Amino acid sequence: MGYIPGSSRDSLSMLMSLGLDNLDQLYTDVPAGVKLHDGLRLPAGLGEMAATRMLQDVAQKNTIYRDVFLGAGAYRHFIPAAVDNIASRNEFVTAYTPYQAELNQGVLQSIFEYQTMICELTGMDASNASVYDGATAAGEACLMMQARKKSTILVSETTHPQVMEVMQAYADSAGMQVVPVAAKDGATDLESLQSLLGSEVAGVYMQSPNYYGVIEDIGAAAGLVHAAGALLAVGVNPIAAAILKTPGEQGADIAVGDGQPLGLPLAFGGPYLGFITCKTALTRRLPGRIVGETDDINGRRAYVLTLQAREQHIRREKASSNICSNQAWCALRSAAYMSVMGPGGMSECARQCYANAHYLLDCLQACGFSQAYNGDFFHEFVVQSPIDPALLNAQLAQSGILGGLDLGGGNMLWCATELTGKTEIDHLISKIKEVAG
Amino acid sequence: MKLIFEKSTPGQANDILPANPLISQYAPPTEALRANAPRLPEAAEVAVVRHYMALSRMAFGVDNGFYPLGSCTMKYNPKAAERAASSPHFTDIHPLQSQDSAQGCIEVMYRLQEALNEVSGMGATSLMPAAGAQGEWVGINIVRAYHAHNHDTKRTKVLVPDSAHGTNPATAAMCGYEVVNIPSGPDGLVDVDALEQAADNTTAALMLTNPNTLGKFEKNICRIAEIVHNAGGLLYYDGANMNAIMGVTRPGDMGFDIMHWNIHKTLATPHGGGGPGSGPVGVCKALARFLPTPMATFADGTYALSGDDSGGIKRAKIFYGNFLVLVKALYYVLALGADGLKEASMRAVLNANYLLRALEQYSSLRYDSPCMHEFVLSLDTLKEQTGVSAQDIAKTMIDYGVHPPTMYFPLTVGEALMFEPTETESRQTLDDMANIMDKIIHTAKNDADLLHTSPYTTPVCRPDEVKAAREPKLRHYDH
Amino acid sequence: MNVPEDLYYTKSHEWVRLVGDNHVRMGITDHAQELMGDIVYVELPEAGESFDAGENMAVVESVKAASDVYAPVTAVVSAVNEALADTPALINGACYDAWFVEFDDASILGLLTADEYKKFLETEEAH
Repeated sequence: MGYIPGSSRDSLSMLMSLGLDNLDQLYTDVPAGVKLHDGLRLPAGLGEMAATRMLQDVAQKNTIYRDVFLGAGAYRHFIPAAVDNIASRNEFVTAYTPYQAELNQGVLQSIFEYQTMICELTGMDASNASVYDGATAAGEACLMMQARKKSTILVSETTHPQVMEVMQAYADSAGMQVVPVAAKDGATDLESLQSLLGSEVAGVYMQSPNYYGVIEDIGAAAGLVHAAGALLAVGVNPIAAAILKTPGEQGADIAVGDGQPLGLPLAFGGPYLGFITCKTALTRRLPGRIVGETDDINGRRAYVLTLQAREQHIRREKASSNICSNQAWCALRSAAYMSVMGPGGMSECARQCYANAHYLLDCLQACGFSQAYNGDFFHEFVVQSPIDPALLNAQLAQSGILGGLDLGGGNMLWCATELTGKTEIDHLISKIKEVAG
Repeated sequence: MKLIFEKSTPGQANDILPANPLISQYAPPTEALRANAPRLPEAAEVAVVRHYMALSRMAFGVDNGFYPLGSCTMKYNPKAAERAASSPHFTDIHPLQSQDSAQGCIEVMYRLQEALNEVSGMGATSLMPAAGAQGEWVGINIVRAYHAHNHDTKRTKVLVPDSAHGTNPATAAMCGYEVVNIPSGPDGLVDVDALEQAADNTTAALMLTNPNTLGKFEKNICRIAEIVHNAGGLLYYDGANMNAIMGVTRPGDMGFDIMHWNIHKTLATPHGGGGPGSGPVGVCKALARFLPTPMATFADGTYALSGDDSGGIKRAKIFYGNFLVLVKALYYVLALGADGLKEASMRAVLNANYLLRALEQYSSLRYDSPCMHEFVLSLDTLKEQTGVSAQDIAKTMIDYGVHPPTMYFPLTVGEALMFEPTETESRQTLDDMANIMDKIIHTAKNDADLLHTSPYTTPVCRPDEVKAAREPKLRHYDH
Repeated sequence: MNVPEDLYYTKSHEWVRLVGDNHVRMGITDHAQELMGDIVYVELPEAGESFDAGENMAVVESVKAASDVYAPVTAVVSAVNEALADTPALINGACYDAWFVEFDDASILGLLTADEYKKFLETEEAH
């Protein structure tokens, strides 16, 4: 086997220096009864070339769509070449968590810069170094909001259903209750929210733009939530956050989301990037790694993992979260993305998403689709389709178009980004007209 | 070094997106807009690239040098795996596109599930968890679901050895369990008598890593399994140390009911400066119905993502897992195959024993049988004699181009340094490490003060962690 | 080790000062602060919260450790020393001035005297 360095002669001489004859003798403590005597029932190793070609063949079984009008939690945006280039540096790729500050100032500084950018985007005071994805960020937000004698979390029904399932799992295992808040016309029903805000409610979670694309009135919700003595966590789309009112401006206590749109590919669902931010008062309830600025013994500016006494490796069973590894490399990608795009590029991207999606709605309405909800939206919206969604999507796929998500009952969730502009939308519409006959 | 915000030039932008005439026609209402633009860097592409290039020179990965960080399995990550996962036919696939248009992705998942089942001896494996700690969380939720399913509501305790990773007790607590610490005996192994005392009808599970964090194989594993099972509890395997045993023994054969993998350790996927990892959860057949859904299946020539309900927690992540990490893991399994995986483990154990033999002279901790893939030195005698701490030794290694081993873990050992050389280091690297240690110990005995303020070759030295924690500055802008 | 004569103590290293009829202040002892090292953060309860003696009521953190502080008496918190939250270093500087909270209607019955606490420290040391 050539993959592992060193010759078999090396191995033998190393064994001999230990007074052993063969590798099996290293495992004297493993009881014979649990030893695997016949070896693993796996194929023999293919080596680099054959394994590479095999995976290439497997990959070819997937279809890449030129035009993607499907979002629902995963968004295809343009990724500047510099992002891939920067993120491919092996000093970043092959580093561990920066426990040794002296050796990994580069990683630590990049995380500090990421934290700053995410705070800027959300209008919040503090960010951690990332969690697994937007859904687990929402789950961790539930744990952050839990208070002494208060363990109910209200979650708007306009939340992404799969995010809701993850939150439910986090809450269940922590012994918290999740109570849904009804939706009205595709947005959180604030009257329903108010009626549910009892003294047992620790916090409220809303997503804006929500699952149906609608921009929620977070400011109004924050007023109600705070009047009831509870906390408000808001899930945001980071591209929308570049132009829309921030959770911070609207009074949210915690803002979370999935950073995938910030320079991460669709990748069949992962790895993505969970960001989690809060107001200063909640900083010590943040889960996982946080990087802070300090000085070294010579007075030079330095970055370190900080507030570590919150974490599992110190607090063990008293830690609020068990998170250890996060998505550092994804956070690096997002920071490189935001740096290359700059505030102007981010704003332009968001405005194009907004404009393209609104143009798409106009075009679909002209084809007999009808808008399901009245509220303004960012880059996703729901329409009632005059054509069976499954049939429509199958036909569009023939033309390299990935159509909107079939929500059942003839409803479809469509998405447009900066990659699906007028040309792509006009092409889509021409194909829809062909299907409609 | 300057922050990227300090390199910002107002008005500087990069010409990335084309003009889009629709934006004047469809503009969001002013009242929906934020008051101020985010203060992101305004820098030319070249300035951004140079900034990150400079940061990369202040970062240290496996590709830079020896990284014997114990319990973290920092082995070399094959480049072919990176290339395989960077195929647009993987990166450009939407998680919600039709399954017939994503057959390749689902095939990757199915093949990896099968391979992990075989290597672990478990009955079924979910690839969903994003990292080992999340795998633990899913696994302990399966414990909960199993006992709830049996209406066995008295089981409120999870047993955890005192040498365990911090994630074990944290996970159990996060799932609402009371944590009961099980002491280690003088030999560093689980004290079987203490376990027998602790295990009863309130025991939900025992969480165990084998080999343990001292790098010793829990040779009483069969007895341990019997005690836990007789008490009606489940046996949970923390897969952090799987790299010692692939092809030699399997958690399923040792009697474990549930386990998680740390793919980024065992199957050579890179750690990315802290993630993404991947932490698949394997269970014995009887518990398969409690795994999160969907799972990849294969029938009649078609791969599918199946199941939309679970007896345990339904979903741990928004989609199916850290997919690109799974592609790299499958590459590793395909490239190495049955014999290659076994050789990887055996050579990891050989390297650890070879290095242990060279370094044990400095340690007050003794191994009376071969260690597994890692070992712990206790430098408490050195500290007493010279005032030089394990941290001083570790920091000094940096000046010799080596990433320090894990410091002060496990908590049961004084002045601990935990080495895990892994199989991808050559004999020469290990000999060099022994020489470096020899030089550092020599300095400790002759010029101890020099070691208290090392390293000397890095951009910073011993940052003030007290200040960082007392006056947290977690972002660049004050307001 | 500084163990003032006029205070009362617990085996979990809290001190208690009688400041009025059934009215006490509490903090952590010199031994406790020395064991912790540089204290970087204190998590305090709120006025009005009630605790049983021995119940976890606060947390002190150093860079590499977190330690629970237990209520020395069964009583209701009547005042909280907010200065500690801003400047946890006060505990390292003068631990017997750096009170955490005041309790109303508290009894010092069952607490250790200075002599008893000193003896307890000696036996702990011996272990």
